[in-house]
Amino acid sequence: MLFRKFSLAVYALLILIPLLMVALTSVKTLQETFRDPLGLPEDGFQWSNYSAIFEEQTMAGYFMNSTIVTLFSVFLTLFFASMIAFGISRLNNWMGNIMFGLFTLGMMVPAQVNMVPLYSLMLDLNLTNSLLGLILVNIAVTLPIAVFILTGFMKTLPKELFEASTIDGAGNWQIYTKLALPLSLPSLSATAIFLFVMHWNDLLYPLLFITDNAYKTLPLALLEFQGEYSTNYPMLFTGVIIASAPMVIAYVFLQRFFVAGMTAGALKG
Amino acid sequence: MKISKSIYLFFLPGLFLYSIFFLYPTVSALFYSFTDWDGLSDAYQFVGIGNYERALTGDSVFRKTVGNNLKFMLMVVIFQTLTALAFAMIVLKNTKTNLFLRALYFFPTILSSVSVAFIWSFIYDPSLGILNQILELLGLHFLQQNWLGNSDIAIYSLAITQIWFHAGQMLIIFVAGLQAIPEDLYEVAKIEGASKWQTFRKVTWPLLAPSATIVIAYTTIQSFKAFDLVFAMTGGGPNNSTEIIATYIFDVAFRSYNFGYASSISVLFMVIIAFITFLQFKALRSDRISY
Repeated sequence: MLFRKFSLAVYALLILIPLLMVALTSVKTLQETFRDPLGLPEDGFQWSNYSAIFEEQTMAGYFMNSTIVTLFSVFLTLFFASMIAFGISRLNNWMGNIMFGLFTLGMMVPAQVNMVPLYSLMLDLNLTNSLLGLILVNIAVTLPIAVFILTGFMKTLPKELFEASTIDGAGNWQIYTKLALPLSLPSLSATAIFLFVMHWNDLLYPLLFITDNAYKTLPLALLEFQGEYSTNYPMLFTGVIIASAPMVIAYVFLQRFFVAGMTAGALKG
Repeated sequence: MKISKSIYLFFLPGLFLYSIFFLYPTVSALFYSFTDWDGLSDAYQFVGIGNYERALTGDSVFRKTVGNNLKFMLMVVIFQTLTALAFAMIVLKNTKTNLFLRALYFFPTILSSVSVAFIWSFIYDPSLGILNQILELLGLHFLQQNWLGNSDIAIYSLAITQIWFHAGQMLIIFVAGLQAIPEDLYEVAKIEGASKWQTFRKVTWPLLAPSATIVIAYTTIQSFKAFDLVFAMTGGGPNNSTEIIATYIFDVAFRSYNFGYASSISVLFMVIIAFITFLQFKALRSDRISY
């Protein structure tokens, strides 16, 4: 029993200490960090890193870009994926199976496999250095997992309900918006959270397609701070805190949904 | 019941984007893998299986990269799965403390890889880092290391970061799998006088196999995709000792402008992942029992 409690505490500390270290370092000066990397801030909390990072970097712009890309990517992926999932579960025949197979195949292919041709495609289509380009690619890459989760859920909805509405003269679109979507709300919200985390944190596509500061998202901007600030960890960690803040705040309030959402993709297998 | 033909329209927007931005590039990776395209000019020549030959026989960096990826994968799959399973069994009951601990262990999963990379670069920093300082405090200074700068151990340092990052997520999957095992099976085992190990081996493990399959397959794919972490922490160095397949493809394509060759490595990458996933499913399925 004692050993169990001890292990739980050790694991908890392994998570907490690095997080605490990030928070504390972000309110220390660089000199203080070099003198005593792990000590508490001796001269009180220094908020200068926060003001400096907003002055030196177009943080607000990066934040805005991340927000736009994430919101549109999540919303449109959910919209298109739920339509496909609805189509598959309505058809419920070989055509539906083929569609399901075609989309879920995409889950097996790591993004790095097609990044080379994708890059030249984006150049050809003039979609580099564009938020729209990022959104379109994001939708295409996350459709598979979203279709997979949502189809799994929609197939469990009672068929009789849909058939009754068809007899009452409701078209497919009406059944989708009035019945399928509201009934799938638990699954939709779980998928939404999964997608939020994924799109907000994505590095690869901005890295490939964005070179202009005006279109950079937070993870890419953060990565490039490394080149600029080198081992100025107070500045780097200030960036980390700003970039993670929305997810962390959402996690504190919506913890249960996060846990359900982030494991939904894996569990439904 | 007849379904209106309009149902096919529901596939259109998604299928359109999926075809252009996913299927087409994936298929053309296969096509370009047989060319010497540099990614910039319009002209390229077919080189047959030349790229594949080069990757499989002539490219020592690629071979090293595959080895690194396997080391990283094995370490993460074994230790992350064991950690997640062991802790899942301790925090299984839905008490207040356990719910809090699960939420805490899960926390790193929501961070971006770049953030995690910065946090661990600081921890591993040879002079500032917390790890070397703790070793000093414990009087273990002979264990102090340049954790990311020493080419013998850098890949393992990265694997530890990856485990810190994702063990909590796997723990939650195991908790869900364990909670789904009917309570009466344990009671029967108890009545029959089974030992703790026997109960685990004969009751828990067979019924847990579906979750274990998922966790292991997921972890494997995740460890092959650890691009961001490697890219931000070591950039593949020192001496290619942390270069994994994903970062190598990036280097070949976007630093050496060898798109054709990078494409052939991409195709091999896909084959390797498919093969490993297939083996795992086969191995774990034999242990599967349904109830």
